[in-house]
Amino acid sequence: MAEELIRRTAAELAGALTRREVSSVEVTRAHLDRIAAVDGTRDADGVATGPGVHAFLHVSAESALAEAAFVDAARAAGETLPPLAGVPIAVKDVMTTRGVPTTCGSRILTGWVPPYDATVVRKLKESRLVLLGKTNMDEFAMGSSTEHSAYGPTRNPWDPTRIPGGSGGGSAAALAAFEAPLATGTDTGGSIRQPASVTGTVGVKPTYGAVSRYGLVALASSLDQAGPCARTVLDTALLHAVMAGHDPRDSTSLSDPVPDVVAAATTMDVSGMRIGVVRELHGDAENGSGYQAGVLRRFDEAVEALVDAGAKVVEVSCPSFTTALAAYYLILPSEASSNLAKFDAMRYGLRVRPEGVSDPTAEQVMAASRAAGFGDEVKRRIILGAYALSSGYYDAYYGSAQKVRTLVQRDFAAAFAEADVLVSPTSPTTAFPLGAKLDDPLSMYLQDVATIPANLAGVPGMSLPAGLADEDGLPVGVQILAPARADDRLYRVGAVLEAALRGRWGGPLLDRIPEFPPLGG
Amino acid sequence: MSAISREEVAHLASLSRIDLGPAELDTLAGQLDVILGAVAAVQQVAGDDVPATSHPMPLTNVTRSDTPRPSLGSAAVLAGAPEAEQGRFRVPRILEED
Repeated sequence: MAEELIRRTAAELAGALTRREVSSVEVTRAHLDRIAAVDGTRDADGVATGPGVHAFLHVSAESALAEAAFVDAARAAGETLPPLAGVPIAVKDVMTTRGVPTTCGSRILTGWVPPYDATVVRKLKESRLVLLGKTNMDEFAMGSSTEHSAYGPTRNPWDPTRIPGGSGGGSAAALAAFEAPLATGTDTGGSIRQPASVTGTVGVKPTYGAVSRYGLVALASSLDQAGPCARTVLDTALLHAVMAGHDPRDSTSLSDPVPDVVAAATTMDVSGMRIGVVRELHGDAENGSGYQAGVLRRFDEAVEALVDAGAKVVEVSCPSFTTALAAYYLILPSEASSNLAKFDAMRYGLRVRPEGVSDPTAEQVMAASRAAGFGDEVKRRIILGAYALSSGYYDAYYGSAQKVRTLVQRDFAAAFAEADVLVSPTSPTTAFPLGAKLDDPLSMYLQDVATIPANLAGVPGMSLPAGLADEDGLPVGVQILAPARADDRLYRVGAVLEAALRGRWGGPLLDRIPEFPPLGG
Repeated sequence: MSAISREEVAHLASLSRIDLGPAELDTLAGQLDVILGAVAAVQQVAGDDVPATSHPMPLTNVTRSDTPRPSLGSAAVLAGAPEAEQGRFRVPRILEED
């Protein structure tokens, strides 16, 4: 029973809960048992020890079971509950949770317990979802592998020697390992979509401003966007509908009504839709563009599947996308260096006194605390941002990057005049081995080459499974991009593609995931 | 010629309030030089006629009405403080000794 429960989709669980075929306590306990069986252990400092997925930084077993019991009682009393009431969810550790530790994968926030909930978290609670715990991530969402977490990396459930993507590798791995049916993410340059791609799961970065940023610990405020992660397109839509909507607490929150993404995920019709293949995001394996051959093969098949379903394919060109990555790695560090200045060791977070100084100044304490509390990647980006913003370099670096951002927006506008959605591989490669890119930050950054343009322009994007690469048997993701505020198109196209590919595979891709190695002991 | 020197990295680290050791400075200077070499590509793309974009969406300033309302109590606010005293944050000295 428990094994069967953890493999169900959120939509299936919601149906069974509504019909009272199963209780939320049973569903929640099944997932907590799964976490206990495969996630592994952490030492007193919270650092991952031994084997295991290590998707979670914190598990709230007691409060999860208590909330599940409340939902069951409400249902038994005949209350009308929201659609996902009683379904468990994992929350990325970048979102503040009142009374539950929030670290952002950083040593500087070890032990910090926020006094308030992020708006997204509040909405999850109001929709009566059951919060299982907080998921691992690259420190302050800087990275594409979760290896930059101060608490140790998460492992890819498809192959524990490989990365689960990042920054939201914990959320994606929790889904792929059947530790949770739903999870939240944030996507600044691909942190929802790239982990989805390399774990065979689904993730959506909504239109900028569609989901409130209140209570998300900011990385780059003009790029950050929270979104849903799940194992199916429909589940992703159901969670999207819960998370999205205007929030007066976020001045960049869109006031537009949320598109009906759930209806779009069940339309099952793409006939006549124009699918734009972005030339600049479709590398040529022969000329060394960095796109893996097996990734391109699965992507081309996905495009064929859409054609078979009645869509029309057009090739579009977005020349600025080739410099979007460079622009991003100037804009992001610039904004991050400013956002992370708040970690000053004065009001919350780690405080370290410098060695050998008897009565240190606030400034000395600040510098010692930030040195001890931040990891290498965070330091690298803060200093890179400080450089790009410094006088004498501002125009050449930050200023030029902002102009590229204009060109990226113009390219999207031109492309969406010719196509209803754009498609590309989500990530140029499948999951790479843990440690492979740690000493070469630039090669790690290249993972984001196809996902970054959407963040620069604020348009929504989805990644969904396209199959397994022939050369390594690991998941490949296909990315769908839509114009700003047309998030529903992602779901309309994604649902048709998912159904077509499952028809070919004879079931969900995750049916083919190897059983995660037992933890032993 | 390198885009960034070890001395510049040390200066920026000091402005960013991050203590860096000699070994860290060496590594960072090398890595930042490679990264800056790659991202310098932005300088070749856009001409003077292209305006800068700082944000993906058109923004209008939002303000709320200036009326008192309940907020977090001081105990909740101070709960995460490294040090607190008499209902306030206790911080290291901010002035140099004279």
